[in-house]
Amino acid sequence: MIYFLCSLLFLVGLSGILLKRNLIKIVISLTIMEYSLFMFLALVGYKQNALAPIVKSVTEEVNYVDPLPQALVLTAIVIGLATTALLVALAVRIYEKYGTFDIRKIRRLKG
Amino acid sequence: MNSSSVTQYLLPLLVVLPLGGAFLIQLSKKISGLISDIIANFIVVVLVVLVFSLLNSPVLVYKVGGWMPVKGIPIGIYLVSDGLSMLLLIIINTIALVSLFFSISYMKRFTNKPLYYTLFLLMIAGMNGVVMSGDLFNMYVFLEVAAIASYSLVAFGTEADELEASFKYQVMGTAASAFILLGIIIIYSVTGTLNLADIGRVLKDKVTEAPIILTGILFLVGFGLKGAMMPFHAWLPDAHPSAPAPISAMLSGVLIKAIGIYALVRIMFNVIGVTPIFSNMMLCISAISMIAGVFLAFAQWDFKRLLAYHSISQMGYVMLGIWLMTPLGILGGLFHMLNHSVFKSLLFLNSGAVVYGTGSRQLKRLGGLNQKMPVTGCTSFVASMSIAGVPPFNGFWSKLIIIMACIQSHHFFLAGLAVLVSIMTLVSFLKVQRYVFFGGLKQALKDVKEVPFTMCFSMILLAFLCTTMGALLLPGAKELFIDPAVNALLNGKEYISLVLNK
Repeated sequence: MIYFLCSLLFLVGLSGILLKRNLIKIVISLTIMEYSLFMFLALVGYKQNALAPIVKSVTEEVNYVDPLPQALVLTAIVIGLATTALLVALAVRIYEKYGTFDIRKIRRLKG
Repeated sequence: MNSSSVTQYLLPLLVVLPLGGAFLIQLSKKISGLISDIIANFIVVVLVVLVFSLLNSPVLVYKVGGWMPVKGIPIGIYLVSDGLSMLLLIIINTIALVSLFFSISYMKRFTNKPLYYTLFLLMIAGMNGVVMSGDLFNMYVFLEVAAIASYSLVAFGTEADELEASFKYQVMGTAASAFILLGIIIIYSVTGTLNLADIGRVLKDKVTEAPIILTGILFLVGFGLKGAMMPFHAWLPDAHPSAPAPISAMLSGVLIKAIGIYALVRIMFNVIGVTPIFSNMMLCISAISMIAGVFLAFAQWDFKRLLAYHSISQMGYVMLGIWLMTPLGILGGLFHMLNHSVFKSLLFLNSGAVVYGTGSRQLKRLGGLNQKMPVTGCTSFVASMSIAGVPPFNGFWSKLIIIMACIQSHHFFLAGLAVLVSIMTLVSFLKVQRYVFFGGLKQALKDVKEVPFTMCFSMILLAFLCTTMGALLLPGAKELFIDPAVNALLNGKEYISLVLNK
């Protein structure tokens, strides 16, 4: 069920990128798409009724959740933050040059 | 651990040095403008020396942080250099050196040169990381480092055009990264490991299972977007011309190979394994790239935009060679990759010199520049003949091998297509030569001067490489440069045991 919601979120983001006409809305759609992936990544490492992966003793066998995806999610979030910041900064500069966020009016390059 | 060899400890330097250099430049920029020039060039010279000293060494594996495998299962991040990585490292660092040397004079017109060098070094660090990484997620991280640096470098001029191109590039690039990340997550959930060699071992005979086919397609879309293969090419003709010329040379000459073609080929050949359906699909994509790129280039009157479309077309050749999956085809594809990086960066540097001298890159506004800029004219003639595949220049030899490989594997249609595209490339570049360098000098261009020394030197060096690189096919040079890379791809899954047994 929750995996289904994840893929739904991914599709919402993807369709936003393809259909929206506003630069800021495109950035938001990209972020939604990335967040659905982060959630999926965290879900991959999740196990029911398992403990947080803090090792107390080496001899005892305890049911831990997989710690690797959590580390990966942190890295991916940082990368996502960098791209989002750069995108928004670019959108602001584009607004200064063109006076609009509408991609139909920002069409100097073609051919 | 093999204590007798210490060369493996040189591998992380290829990433650490440019990262440290980027940091140093930001620290020292207040002292003098000249210092950033010196640091950036010095670091890349060191990188080139390092790469050539690693040449001819066996497969090297460096375990970051010294995490040893537990029960034969790798747990740390690996940096691996085999023949294919080595070829890419040579391309990246050599072209970076030439472009940086070119930038010393060219970038004087832009403000904030230290920032430019910082981003440039970050891009080199990212690309070196991608080609050496032996870990899927690590590869993604380095890929993003290189990509984010390149997004900002495309927008470096901060004019309306550059910003628009960069935004388009970045939206597509981020979507591509999302697809790649999704593929990585699926691989992780199937195999429970991220080490490339270990993934390959777990997946040994599961190539046809549904999740693996899905990841193959996700990687194709993701790396296809990054490498501008034909259905996903829309950002390239905007982004590459908008960047400053040395960056265009880096993007077209190196970046699309390192984070597009290399990453896809490494994962498909050495880790997941190629199914016949996938390779046929790739052959279709490369044929479409080849023919459509050259057709779209025909209609262009902007010097750099025309070159950008030719990049798509020439990358079609590279992929055609590699995905034929025969020894001769892979040899041709990889050799063409090496050659393309040289002549395409030379052409972009030429276009930069023309913009530097005249301030315009519209073909119709230029003319007769051979009288005023002889060095630029001669070198661009050499590069044009190379890309068109005229003997004795390097492009001819690699195209010849690719066409021979097509015939050898009974793909006669593809061979004919490759010849046709080559002829059309020649026509297109005769147009460039006719409008820019030959013919009468326009009245407005009377006061044009030849470009400064550093720019001339870079162009002459690359032109020299263009004329002599055919010699790499001679026995002796071939075993040193190209054969290890060809073997790395041909032996496919041998990569797994080579890495895991280190």
